[in-house]
Amino acid sequence: MSEAGRKLPLFDQIIKPEHIVLNNGHEIDRPRSRIPLIIACLVLVIWVSLRATGFNLATIISRAGQLKVILGQIFHPNFAYFPKVVSPLIDTIKMSIVGTVVGCVIGLPLSILASSNINSNHPVLLFIRFILSLMRSIPTLIYASILTLVFDLGTFAGTIAIAFFTIGIVAKMLYESIETIDMKPYEAMTSFGASTLQAFWTACMPQILPTYIDDCLYCFELNVRASTILGYVGAGGLGVLIRERTGLRAYSDLGMVLLTLFIVVFLIDLLNDYIRSKIS
Amino acid sequence: MTELTVMEQLQAEPKNFWKRVLIFLVILALVVWGSGSIHYPGMTEKGIGIASGIVHGIFHPNKELLFDLGDSGVPFLVLQTIAIAVLGTIFGAILAVPFSFLASTNIVPKPVAYFFRALILMIRTIPSMIWALVWIRVTGPGAFCGVVTQSVCSIGMISKMYITAIEDLDTGILESLDAAGCNTFQKVRVGILPQLSASFISTAIYRFDINLKDATTLGIVGAGGIGSPLVQSITYGRWSNVGAFLLALIILVLIIEYASTKIRNRLARGKAN
Repeated sequence: MSEAGRKLPLFDQIIKPEHIVLNNGHEIDRPRSRIPLIIACLVLVIWVSLRATGFNLATIISRAGQLKVILGQIFHPNFAYFPKVVSPLIDTIKMSIVGTVVGCVIGLPLSILASSNINSNHPVLLFIRFILSLMRSIPTLIYASILTLVFDLGTFAGTIAIAFFTIGIVAKMLYESIETIDMKPYEAMTSFGASTLQAFWTACMPQILPTYIDDCLYCFELNVRASTILGYVGAGGLGVLIRERTGLRAYSDLGMVLLTLFIVVFLIDLLNDYIRSKIS
Repeated sequence: MTELTVMEQLQAEPKNFWKRVLIFLVILALVVWGSGSIHYPGMTEKGIGIASGIVHGIFHPNKELLFDLGDSGVPFLVLQTIAIAVLGTIFGAILAVPFSFLASTNIVPKPVAYFFRALILMIRTIPSMIWALVWIRVTGPGAFCGVVTQSVCSIGMISKMYITAIEDLDTGILESLDAAGCNTFQKVRVGILPQLSASFISTAIYRFDINLKDATTLGIVGAGGIGSPLVQSITYGRWSNVGAFLLALIILVLIIEYASTKIRNRLARGKAN
Protein backbone atom coordinates (compact mmCIF):
# COMPACT_ATOMS: atom_id res chain seq x y z
CA MET A 1 0.00 0.00 0.00
CA SER A 2 1.25 3.43 -0.92
CA GLU A 3 1.10 5.11 2.51
CA ALA A 4 2.89 2.26 4.21
CA GLY A 5 5.30 1.92 1.32
CA ARG A 6 4.78 -1.81 1.46
CA LYS A 7 4.45 -4.21 -1.43
CA LEU A 8 0.97 -5.60 -1.87
CA PRO A 9 0.48 -9.31 -1.20
CA LEU A 10 0.33 -11.34 -4.39
CA PHE A 11 -3.39 -11.95 -3.96
CA ASP A 12 -4.15 -8.21 -3.88
CA GLN A 13 -1.97 -7.63 -6.94
CA ILE A 14 -4.05 -10.05 -8.97
CA ILE A 15 -7.46 -9.13 -7.59
CA LYS A 16 -7.41 -5.38 -7.03
CA PRO A 17 -8.65 -4.13 -3.64
CA GLU A 18 -11.99 -2.38 -3.55
CA HIS A 19 -11.48 1.39 -3.76
CA ILE A 20 -13.75 3.30 -1.38
CA VAL A 21 -14.10 7.08 -0.98
CA LEU A 22 -15.35 7.82 2.51
CA ASN A 23 -17.83 10.61 3.33
CA ASN A 24 -15.05 12.78 4.72
CA GLY A 25 -13.09 12.54 1.48
CA HIS A 26 -10.49 9.96 2.59
CA GLU A 27 -9.68 7.28 0.07
CA ILE A 28 -8.99 3.74 1.24
CA ASP A 29 -8.34 0.39 -0.40
CA ARG A 30 -10.20 -2.48 1.12
CA PRO A 31 -8.60 -5.84 0.22
CA ARG A 32 -11.04 -8.33 -1.28
CA SER A 33 -12.11 -11.24 0.90
CA ARG A 34 -9.91 -14.33 0.68
CA ILE A 35 -12.73 -16.63 1.72
CA PRO A 36 -13.87 -17.63 -1.82
CA LEU A 37 -10.29 -18.52 -2.79
CA ILE A 38 -9.80 -20.56 0.41
CA ILE A 39 -13.08 -22.40 -0.15
CA ALA A 40 -12.19 -23.11 -3.77
CA CYS A 41 -8.81 -24.54 -2.73
CA LEU A 42 -10.42 -26.60 0.00
CA VAL A 43 -13.02 -28.03 -2.38
CA LEU A 44 -10.29 -28.93 -4.87
CA VAL A 45 -8.17 -30.60 -2.17
CA ILE A 46 -11.14 -32.56 -0.86
CA TRP A 47 -12.14 -33.65 -4.37
CA VAL A 48 -8.61 -34.89 -5.14
CA SER A 49 -8.46 -36.64 -1.77
CA LEU A 50 -11.81 -38.33 -2.29
CA ARG A 51 -10.60 -39.63 -5.65
CA ALA A 52 -7.25 -40.82 -4.26
CA THR A 53 -8.75 -42.72 -1.35
CA GLY A 54 -11.81 -44.18 -3.08
CA PHE A 55 -14.13 -42.74 -0.47
CA ASN A 56 -17.59 -44.25 -0.61
CA LEU A 57 -20.23 -43.19 1.88
CA ALA A 58 -22.69 -45.83 0.66
CA THR A 59 -20.40 -48.62 1.91
CA ILE A 60 -20.43 -47.26 5.44
CA ILE A 61 -24.20 -46.94 5.47
CA SER A 62 -24.88 -50.35 3.96
CA ARG A 63 -22.34 -52.12 6.19
CA ALA A 64 -23.00 -50.22 9.41
CA GLY A 65 -24.63 -53.35 10.81
CA GLN A 66 -21.25 -55.09 10.79
CA LEU A 67 -19.80 -52.28 12.90
CA LYS A 68 -22.67 -52.60 15.35
CA VAL A 69 -21.93 -56.31 15.78
CA ILE A 70 -18.22 -55.73 16.40
CA LEU A 71 -18.71 -52.80 18.76
CA GLY A 72 -21.44 -54.73 20.55
CA GLN A 73 -18.99 -57.55 21.25
CA ILE A 74 -16.22 -55.15 22.28
CA PHE A 75 -18.57 -53.53 24.79
CA HIS A 76 -19.33 -56.92 26.31
CA PRO A 77 -15.81 -57.80 27.40
CA ASN A 78 -15.05 -61.40 28.22
CA PHE A 79 -13.88 -61.10 31.84
CA ALA A 80 -12.66 -64.70 31.90
CA TYR A 81 -9.94 -63.61 29.50
CA PHE A 82 -8.44 -61.17 32.04
CA PRO A 83 -5.74 -63.51 33.47
CA LYS A 84 -4.20 -63.81 30.00
CA VAL A 85 -4.06 -60.02 29.64
CA VAL A 86 -2.03 -59.35 32.80
CA SER A 87 1.38 -60.58 31.73
CA PRO A 88 1.49 -58.80 28.31
CA LEU A 89 0.13 -55.69 30.00
CA ILE A 90 3.01 -55.68 32.48
CA ASP A 91 5.39 -56.22 29.56
CA THR A 92 3.91 -53.20 27.83
CA ILE A 93 4.31 -51.02 30.91
CA LYS A 94 7.87 -52.23 31.45
CA MET A 95 8.72 -51.54 27.83
CA SER A 96 7.41 -48.00 28.04
CA ILE A 97 9.13 -47.28 31.38
CA VAL A 98 12.54 -48.49 30.25
CA GLY A 99 12.18 -46.98 26.78
CA THR A 100 11.13 -43.61 28.16
CA VAL A 101 13.90 -43.48 30.77
CA VAL A 102 16.60 -44.49 28.28
CA GLY A 103 15.25 -42.04 25.70
CA CYS A 104 15.00 -39.17 28.17
CA VAL A 105 18.51 -39.74 29.51
CA ILE A 106 20.06 -39.83 26.03
CA GLY A 107 17.87 -36.92 24.91
CA LEU A 108 19.26 -34.55 27.55
CA PRO A 109 22.85 -34.22 26.27
CA LEU A 110 21.58 -34.13 22.67
CA SER A 111 19.26 -31.25 23.51
CA ILE A 112 22.16 -29.31 25.04
CA LEU A 113 24.09 -29.81 21.82
CA ALA A 114 21.04 -28.67 19.85
CA SER A 115 20.35 -25.40 21.67
CA SER A 116 21.82 -22.37 19.97
CA ASN A 117 22.47 -20.42 23.18
CA ILE A 118 24.74 -23.08 24.67
CA ASN A 119 26.37 -24.63 21.64
CA SER A 120 28.05 -22.02 19.48
CA ASN A 121 29.31 -24.54 16.95
CA HIS A 122 26.81 -23.98 14.16
CA PRO A 123 27.50 -27.00 11.91
CA VAL A 124 27.30 -29.42 14.85
CA LEU A 125 24.07 -27.74 16.00
CA LEU A 126 22.44 -28.10 12.60
CA PHE A 127 23.64 -31.67 12.24
CA ILE A 128 22.21 -32.69 15.63
CA ARG A 129 18.91 -30.97 14.86
CA PHE A 130 18.73 -32.72 11.51
CA ILE A 131 19.32 -36.09 13.14
CA LEU A 132 16.67 -35.32 15.74
CA SER A 133 14.07 -34.45 13.09
CA LEU A 134 14.96 -37.64 11.24
CA MET A 135 14.40 -39.62 14.41
CA ARG A 136 11.04 -37.96 14.99
CA SER A 137 9.79 -38.36 11.45
CA ILE A 138 9.89 -42.17 11.51
CA PRO A 139 6.96 -43.63 13.49
CA THR A 140 7.63 -45.95 16.43
CA LEU A 141 5.90 -48.78 14.62
CA ILE A 142 8.27 -48.60 11.65
CA TYR A 143 11.25 -48.64 14.04
CA ALA A 144 9.74 -51.65 15.74
CA SER A 145 9.15 -53.54 12.51
CA ILE A 146 12.76 -53.01 11.46
CA LEU A 147 14.18 -53.75 14.92
CA THR A 148 12.23 -57.00 15.29
CA LEU A 149 14.18 -58.22 12.28
CA VAL A 150 17.51 -56.99 13.61
CA PHE A 151 17.05 -58.29 17.18
CA ASP A 152 14.47 -61.04 16.96
CA LEU A 153 10.86 -60.76 18.11
CA GLY A 154 10.11 -59.61 21.63
CA THR A 155 10.17 -56.77 24.09
CA PHE A 156 13.81 -55.77 23.52
CA ALA A 157 13.08 -54.51 20.00
CA GLY A 158 10.02 -52.66 21.30
CA THR A 159 12.00 -50.98 24.07
CA ILE A 160 14.68 -49.79 21.66
CA ALA A 161 12.01 -48.52 19.26
CA ILE A 162 10.37 -46.52 22.04
CA ALA A 163 13.72 -45.15 23.19
CA PHE A 164 14.59 -44.00 19.65
CA PHE A 165 11.36 -42.13 19.19
CA THR A 166 11.54 -40.64 22.70
CA ILE A 167 15.02 -39.24 22.08
CA GLY A 168 13.68 -37.32 19.09
CA ILE A 169 10.73 -35.77 20.90
CA VAL A 170 12.32 -35.09 24.29
CA ALA A 171 15.39 -33.48 22.78
CA LYS A 172 13.26 -31.24 20.57
CA MET A 173 10.94 -30.09 23.35
CA LEU A 174 13.91 -29.58 25.64
CA TYR A 175 16.10 -27.52 23.31
CA GLU A 176 13.13 -25.27 22.64
CA SER A 177 12.83 -24.59 26.37
CA ILE A 178 16.60 -24.30 26.88
CA GLU A 179 16.61 -21.53 24.29
CA THR A 180 14.12 -19.47 26.29
CA ILE A 181 15.90 -19.60 29.67
CA ASP A 182 17.56 -16.70 31.45
CA MET A 183 21.21 -16.77 30.40
CA LYS A 184 22.55 -14.36 33.04
CA PRO A 185 23.43 -17.02 35.67
CA TYR A 186 25.14 -19.02 32.94
CA GLU A 187 27.22 -16.03 31.86
CA ALA A 188 28.09 -15.34 35.49
CA MET A 189 29.28 -18.92 35.91
CA THR A 190 31.40 -18.86 32.75
CA SER A 191 32.95 -15.55 33.84
CA PHE A 192 34.04 -17.30 37.07
CA GLY A 193 35.85 -19.76 34.85
CA ALA A 194 33.38 -22.63 34.87
CA SER A 195 33.42 -24.93 31.89
CA THR A 196 30.36 -25.05 29.61
CA LEU A 197 29.17 -28.25 31.22
CA GLN A 198 29.66 -27.03 34.80
CA ALA A 199 27.92 -23.75 34.01
CA PHE A 200 25.06 -25.56 32.32
CA TRP A 201 24.62 -27.96 35.21
CA THR A 202 24.51 -25.29 37.92
CA ALA A 203 22.91 -22.35 36.11
CA CYS A 204 20.61 -23.86 33.46
CA MET A 205 19.64 -27.23 34.88
CA PRO A 206 17.54 -25.81 37.76
CA GLN A 207 15.68 -23.66 35.24
CA ILE A 208 14.84 -26.44 32.81
CA LEU A 209 14.36 -29.28 35.30
CA PRO A 210 10.58 -28.77 35.77
CA THR A 211 10.04 -28.61 31.98
CA TYR A 212 12.29 -31.61 31.49
CA ILE A 213 10.33 -33.71 33.96
CA ASP A 214 7.09 -32.51 32.41
CA ASP A 215 8.31 -33.47 28.93
CA CYS A 216 9.42 -36.89 30.21
CA LEU A 217 5.99 -37.53 31.70
CA TYR A 218 4.33 -36.42 28.48
CA CYS A 219 6.53 -38.84 26.54
CA PHE A 220 5.72 -41.59 28.99
CA GLU A 221 2.00 -41.04 28.33
CA LEU A 222 2.59 -41.11 24.59
CA ASN A 223 4.75 -44.21 24.88
CA VAL A 224 2.26 -46.18 26.95
CA ARG A 225 -0.29 -45.62 24.18
CA ALA A 226 2.21 -46.34 21.43
CA SER A 227 3.66 -49.45 23.06
CA THR A 228 0.28 -51.17 23.23
CA ILE A 229 0.27 -51.57 19.47
CA LEU A 230 3.97 -52.32 19.02
CA GLY A 231 3.22 -55.98 19.54
CA TYR A 232 1.29 -55.92 16.28
CA VAL A 233 4.60 -56.14 14.42
CA GLY A 234 5.95 -58.62 16.96
CA ALA A 235 7.65 -56.32 19.44
CA GLY A 236 5.98 -57.74 22.53
CA GLY A 237 3.26 -56.52 24.86
CA LEU A 238 -0.47 -56.16 24.41
CA GLY A 239 -0.24 -55.75 20.65
CA VAL A 240 0.47 -59.45 20.26
CA LEU A 241 -2.88 -60.23 21.87
CA ILE A 242 -4.64 -57.56 19.84
CA ARG A 243 -3.34 -59.03 16.60
CA GLU A 244 -4.21 -62.58 17.61
CA ARG A 245 -7.71 -61.76 18.88
CA THR A 246 -8.74 -59.62 15.90
CA GLY A 247 -7.37 -62.29 13.61
CA LEU A 248 -9.63 -64.83 15.31
CA ARG A 249 -12.50 -62.32 15.37
CA ALA A 250 -12.75 -62.83 19.15
CA TYR A 251 -13.97 -59.32 19.75
CA SER A 252 -15.18 -59.81 23.32
CA ASP A 253 -11.62 -60.83 24.25
CA LEU A 254 -10.41 -57.73 22.44
CA GLY A 255 -12.95 -55.79 24.49
CA MET A 256 -11.30 -57.10 27.66
CA VAL A 257 -7.87 -56.06 26.40
CA LEU A 258 -9.20 -52.59 25.60
CA LEU A 259 -10.95 -52.24 28.94
CA THR A 260 -7.74 -53.06 30.82
CA LEU A 261 -5.83 -50.70 28.58
CA PHE A 262 -8.39 -47.96 29.18
CA ILE A 263 -8.11 -48.33 32.96
CA VAL A 264 -4.31 -48.46 32.94
CA VAL A 265 -3.97 -45.42 30.67
CA PHE A 266 -6.44 -43.55 32.85
CA LEU A 267 -4.53 -44.43 36.03
CA ILE A 268 -1.19 -43.47 34.50
CA ASP A 269 -2.62 -40.13 33.37
CA LEU A 270 -3.93 -39.52 36.89
CA LEU A 271 -0.54 -40.38 38.39
CA ASN A 272 1.22 -38.06 35.95
CA ASP A 273 -1.20 -35.23 36.72
CA TYR A 274 -0.47 -35.77 40.41
CA ILE A 275 3.30 -35.64 39.85
CA ARG A 276 2.88 -32.50 37.72
CA SER A 277 0.85 -30.76 40.41
CA LYS A 278 3.57 -31.65 42.93
CA ILE A 279 6.28 -30.15 40.74
CA SER A 280 4.58 -26.87 39.91
CA MET B 1 14.56 -6.90 53.31
CA THR B 2 18.03 -7.39 54.68
CA GLU B 3 20.82 -8.19 52.28
CA LEU B 4 21.97 -11.78 52.63
CA THR B 5 25.50 -12.85 52.09
CA VAL B 6 26.12 -15.58 49.55
CA MET B 7 26.63 -18.11 52.36
CA GLU B 8 23.36 -17.19 54.09
CA GLN B 9 21.47 -17.38 50.82
CA LEU B 10 22.92 -20.80 50.18
CA GLN B 11 21.91 -22.01 53.62
CA ALA B 12 18.42 -20.55 53.19
CA GLU B 13 17.84 -22.77 50.13
CA PRO B 14 15.50 -25.68 50.83
CA LYS B 15 17.39 -28.85 51.57
CA ASN B 16 16.06 -31.46 49.21
CA PHE B 17 19.12 -33.60 48.68
CA TRP B 18 17.52 -36.70 50.22
CA LYS B 19 14.31 -36.11 48.32
CA ARG B 20 16.28 -36.13 45.08
CA VAL B 21 18.13 -39.28 46.08
CA LEU B 22 14.79 -40.91 46.84
CA ILE B 23 13.31 -39.91 43.46
CA PHE B 24 16.43 -41.18 41.73
CA LEU B 25 16.21 -44.49 43.59
CA VAL B 26 12.52 -44.87 42.68
CA ILE B 27 13.28 -44.32 38.99
CA LEU B 28 16.24 -46.68 39.21
CA ALA B 29 14.07 -49.33 40.86
CA LEU B 30 11.45 -48.93 38.12
CA VAL B 31 14.06 -49.34 35.42
CA VAL B 32 15.56 -52.39 37.08
CA TRP B 33 12.10 -53.90 37.54
CA GLY B 34 11.27 -53.03 33.96
CA SER B 35 14.39 -54.42 32.40
CA GLY B 36 13.94 -57.66 34.34
CA SER B 37 11.77 -59.13 31.63
CA ILE B 38 13.46 -57.44 28.70
CA HIS B 39 16.15 -59.82 27.62
CA TYR B 40 18.72 -58.94 25.07
CA PRO B 41 18.09 -61.73 22.60
CA GLY B 42 21.25 -61.02 20.69
CA MET B 43 21.20 -60.04 17.09
CA THR B 44 19.66 -62.52 14.75
CA GLU B 45 22.17 -64.06 12.34
CA LYS B 46 20.88 -61.78 9.65
CA GLY B 47 20.63 -58.81 12.03
CA ILE B 48 23.81 -57.06 11.01
CA GLY B 49 23.06 -57.73 7.35
CA ILE B 50 19.61 -56.20 7.77
CA ALA B 51 20.96 -53.14 9.57
CA SER B 52 23.53 -52.52 6.86
CA GLY B 53 20.91 -53.27 4.21
CA ILE B 54 18.68 -50.50 5.52
CA VAL B 55 21.49 -47.98 5.70
CA HIS B 56 22.57 -48.96 2.18
CA GLY B 57 18.96 -48.78 0.99
CA ILE B 58 18.42 -45.26 2.29
CA PHE B 59 21.45 -44.01 0.43
CA HIS B 60 20.64 -46.05 -2.67
CA PRO B 61 16.85 -45.90 -2.94
CA ASN B 62 15.07 -47.67 -5.76
CA LYS B 63 14.88 -44.79 -8.24
CA GLU B 64 12.40 -46.54 -10.47
CA LEU B 65 9.93 -46.77 -7.60
CA LEU B 66 10.65 -43.22 -6.51
CA PHE B 67 9.56 -41.76 -9.84
CA ASP B 68 6.95 -44.34 -10.88
CA LEU B 69 3.69 -42.49 -11.45
CA GLY B 70 1.55 -45.64 -11.33
CA ASP B 71 -0.60 -46.90 -8.47
CA SER B 72 2.27 -48.62 -6.66
CA GLY B 73 4.81 -45.85 -7.17
CA VAL B 74 6.00 -43.59 -4.38
CA PRO B 75 4.34 -40.36 -5.67
CA PHE B 76 0.87 -41.90 -5.70
CA LEU B 77 1.33 -43.51 -2.28
CA VAL B 78 2.49 -40.22 -0.81
CA LEU B 79 -0.51 -38.48 -2.36
CA GLN B 80 -2.78 -41.14 -0.95
CA THR B 81 -1.25 -40.80 2.52
CA ILE B 82 -1.76 -37.04 2.42
CA ALA B 83 -5.31 -37.54 1.14
CA ILE B 84 -6.14 -39.88 4.03
CA ALA B 85 -4.85 -37.35 6.53
CA VAL B 86 -6.64 -34.43 4.84
CA LEU B 87 -10.02 -36.14 4.73
CA GLY B 88 -9.60 -37.69 8.17
CA THR B 89 -8.79 -34.31 9.66
CA ILE B 90 -11.58 -32.42 7.88
CA PHE B 91 -14.26 -34.99 8.73
CA GLY B 92 -12.91 -35.34 12.26
CA ALA B 93 -12.88 -31.58 12.76
CA ILE B 94 -16.48 -31.32 11.55
CA LEU B 95 -17.69 -34.29 13.61
CA ALA B 96 -15.92 -32.89 16.67
CA VAL B 97 -17.97 -29.67 16.66
CA PRO B 98 -21.25 -31.15 17.98
CA PHE B 99 -19.33 -33.37 20.41
CA SER B 100 -17.41 -30.49 21.89
CA PHE B 101 -20.44 -28.23 22.27
CA LEU B 102 -22.28 -31.09 23.98
CA ALA B 103 -19.32 -31.60 26.33
CA SER B 104 -18.84 -27.96 27.36
CA THR B 105 -20.11 -27.19 30.83
CA ASN B 106 -21.07 -23.62 29.92
CA ILE B 107 -23.41 -24.78 27.10
CA VAL B 108 -25.16 -27.90 28.41
CA PRO B 109 -25.98 -29.16 31.93
CA LYS B 110 -23.12 -30.85 33.76
CA PRO B 111 -24.35 -34.49 33.61
CA VAL B 112 -24.71 -34.29 29.81
CA ALA B 113 -21.28 -32.68 29.52
CA TYR B 114 -19.65 -35.38 31.63
CA PHE B 115 -21.32 -38.14 29.62
CA PHE B 116 -19.91 -36.76 26.39
CA ARG B 117 -16.52 -36.22 28.01
CA ALA B 118 -16.38 -39.88 28.98
CA LEU B 119 -17.28 -40.78 25.39
CA ILE B 120 -14.51 -38.52 24.05
CA LEU B 121 -12.03 -40.00 26.52
CA MET B 122 -12.97 -43.47 25.29
CA ILE B 123 -12.43 -42.53 21.66
CA ARG B 124 -9.06 -41.05 22.58
CA THR B 125 -7.83 -44.03 24.58
CA ILE B 126 -8.40 -46.69 21.94
CA PRO B 127 -5.34 -46.61 19.69
CA SER B 128 -6.02 -45.72 16.07
CA MET B 129 -4.69 -49.11 14.95
CA ILE B 130 -7.55 -50.81 16.78
CA TRP B 131 -10.10 -48.47 15.27
CA ALA B 132 -8.61 -49.39 11.91
CA LEU B 133 -8.88 -53.12 12.68
CA VAL B 134 -12.56 -52.63 13.54
CA TRP B 135 -13.36 -50.42 10.55
CA ILE B 136 -11.54 -52.69 8.15
CA ARG B 137 -14.31 -55.27 8.67
CA VAL B 138 -16.81 -52.64 7.60
CA THR B 139 -15.06 -50.94 4.71
CA GLY B 140 -12.65 -53.60 3.56
CA PRO B 141 -8.91 -52.92 3.25
CA GLY B 142 -7.71 -49.81 1.48
CA ALA B 143 -7.31 -46.08 1.84
CA PHE B 144 -11.03 -45.66 2.49
CA CYS B 145 -10.63 -47.53 5.78
CA GLY B 146 -7.86 -45.12 6.74
CA VAL B 147 -10.09 -42.12 6.13
CA VAL B 148 -12.94 -43.48 8.24
CA THR B 149 -10.56 -44.52 11.02
CA GLN B 150 -8.91 -41.14 11.20
CA SER B 151 -12.24 -39.31 11.09
CA VAL B 152 -13.31 -41.19 14.21
CA CYS B 153 -9.97 -41.04 16.02
CA SER B 154 -9.49 -37.35 15.41
CA ILE B 155 -12.74 -36.56 17.21
CA GLY B 156 -11.15 -37.44 20.56
CA MET B 157 -8.22 -35.07 20.58
CA ILE B 158 -9.84 -32.31 18.51
CA SER B 159 -12.90 -32.21 20.81
CA LYS B 160 -10.64 -31.94 23.83
CA MET B 161 -8.99 -28.82 22.42
CA TYR B 162 -12.29 -27.39 21.13
CA ILE B 163 -13.86 -27.75 24.58
CA THR B 164 -11.12 -25.61 26.10
CA ALA B 165 -11.75 -22.93 23.46
CA ILE B 166 -15.53 -23.05 23.96
CA GLU B 167 -15.28 -22.84 27.74
CA ASP B 168 -13.04 -19.79 27.40
CA LEU B 169 -15.71 -17.97 25.36
CA ASP B 170 -16.21 -14.40 26.47
CA THR B 171 -19.99 -14.14 26.93
CA GLY B 172 -19.81 -10.40 27.64
CA ILE B 173 -19.57 -9.86 23.88
CA LEU B 174 -22.86 -11.69 23.36
CA GLU B 175 -24.56 -9.48 25.91
CA SER B 176 -23.34 -6.32 24.24
CA LEU B 177 -24.45 -7.66 20.84
CA ASP B 178 -27.83 -8.38 22.41
CA ALA B 179 -27.96 -4.81 23.64
CA ALA B 180 -27.13 -3.61 20.15
CA GLY B 181 -30.14 -5.55 18.85
CA CYS B 182 -28.44 -8.36 16.91
CA ASN B 183 -30.34 -11.50 15.99
CA THR B 184 -29.08 -14.99 16.79
CA PHE B 185 -27.35 -15.48 13.45
CA GLN B 186 -25.52 -12.17 13.73
CA LYS B 187 -24.52 -12.99 17.31
CA VAL B 188 -23.00 -16.27 16.20
CA ARG B 189 -21.35 -14.69 13.17
CA VAL B 190 -19.64 -11.76 14.91
CA GLY B 191 -19.74 -12.79 18.58
CA ILE B 192 -18.79 -16.47 18.60
CA LEU B 193 -17.11 -17.44 15.33
CA PRO B 194 -14.22 -14.93 15.54
CA GLN B 195 -13.45 -16.14 19.06
CA LEU B 196 -13.36 -19.78 18.07
CA SER B 197 -12.10 -19.86 14.49
CA ALA B 198 -8.40 -19.27 15.18
CA SER B 199 -8.10 -21.97 17.82
CA PHE B 200 -10.32 -24.38 15.85
CA ILE B 201 -8.23 -24.03 12.71
CA SER B 202 -5.01 -24.23 14.71
CA THR B 203 -6.21 -27.45 16.35
CA ALA B 204 -7.21 -28.93 13.01
CA ILE B 205 -3.81 -28.18 11.50
CA TYR B 206 -2.05 -29.66 14.52
CA ARG B 207 -4.19 -32.76 14.20
CA PHE B 208 -3.40 -32.95 10.49
CA ASP B 209 0.25 -33.13 11.46
CA ILE B 210 -0.51 -36.05 13.80
CA ASN B 211 -2.84 -37.75 11.33
CA LEU B 212 -0.23 -37.68 8.62
CA LYS B 213 2.25 -39.56 10.80
CA ASP B 214 -0.52 -41.87 11.86
CA ALA B 215 -1.60 -42.52 8.27
CA THR B 216 1.84 -43.95 7.57
CA THR B 217 1.44 -46.56 10.29
CA LEU B 218 -2.21 -47.39 9.62
CA GLY B 219 -1.03 -49.00 6.40
CA ILE B 220 0.43 -51.83 8.48
CA VAL B 221 -3.05 -53.17 9.20
CA GLY B 222 -4.07 -52.61 5.58
CA ALA B 223 -5.61 -49.16 5.72
CA GLY B 224 -3.87 -47.76 2.66
CA GLY B 225 -1.14 -45.18 2.32
CA ILE B 226 2.60 -45.65 2.26
CA GLY B 227 2.72 -47.87 5.36
CA SER B 228 1.69 -51.22 3.91
CA PRO B 229 4.17 -51.37 1.01
CA LEU B 230 6.87 -50.12 3.39
CA VAL B 231 6.27 -52.87 5.93
CA GLN B 232 5.98 -55.47 3.18
CA SER B 233 9.33 -54.41 1.75
CA ILE B 234 10.83 -54.61 5.23
CA THR B 235 9.53 -58.15 5.77
CA TYR B 236 10.72 -59.33 2.37
CA GLY B 237 14.03 -57.55 2.76
CA ARG B 238 13.85 -55.41 -0.38
CA TRP B 239 16.08 -52.73 1.07
CA SER B 240 16.24 -50.41 -1.91
CA ASN B 241 12.42 -50.20 -1.84
CA VAL B 242 12.52 -49.64 1.92
CA GLY B 243 15.01 -46.84 1.29
CA ALA B 244 12.74 -45.22 -1.29
CA PHE B 245 9.67 -45.38 0.96
CA LEU B 246 11.53 -44.19 4.06
CA LEU B 247 13.08 -41.31 2.15
CA ALA B 248 9.68 -40.20 0.85
CA LEU B 249 8.18 -40.58 4.34
CA ILE B 250 10.90 -38.54 6.03
CA ILE B 251 10.73 -35.73 3.48
CA LEU B 252 6.93 -35.67 3.64
CA VAL B 253 6.83 -35.51 7.44
CA LEU B 254 9.54 -32.86 7.65
CA ILE B 255 7.80 -30.61 5.11
CA ILE B 256 4.38 -30.95 6.75
CA GLU B 257 5.81 -30.37 10.22
CA TYR B 258 7.59 -27.24 9.07
CA ALA B 259 4.52 -25.89 7.24
CA SER B 260 2.12 -26.66 10.07
CA THR B 261 4.32 -24.94 12.66
CA LYS B 262 4.59 -21.88 10.41
CA ILE B 263 0.84 -21.66 9.85
CA ARG B 264 0.00 -22.20 13.50
CA ASN B 265 2.46 -19.51 14.59
CA ARG B 266 0.83 -17.11 12.14
CA LEU B 267 -2.62 -17.96 13.45
CA ALA B 268 -1.50 -17.50 17.05
CA ARG B 269 0.12 -14.14 16.45
CA GLY B 270 -2.33 -12.81 13.88
CA LYS B 271 -1.18 -11.85 10.40
CA ALA B 272 2.60 -11.79 10.34
CA ASN B 273 3.77 -8.57 8.72
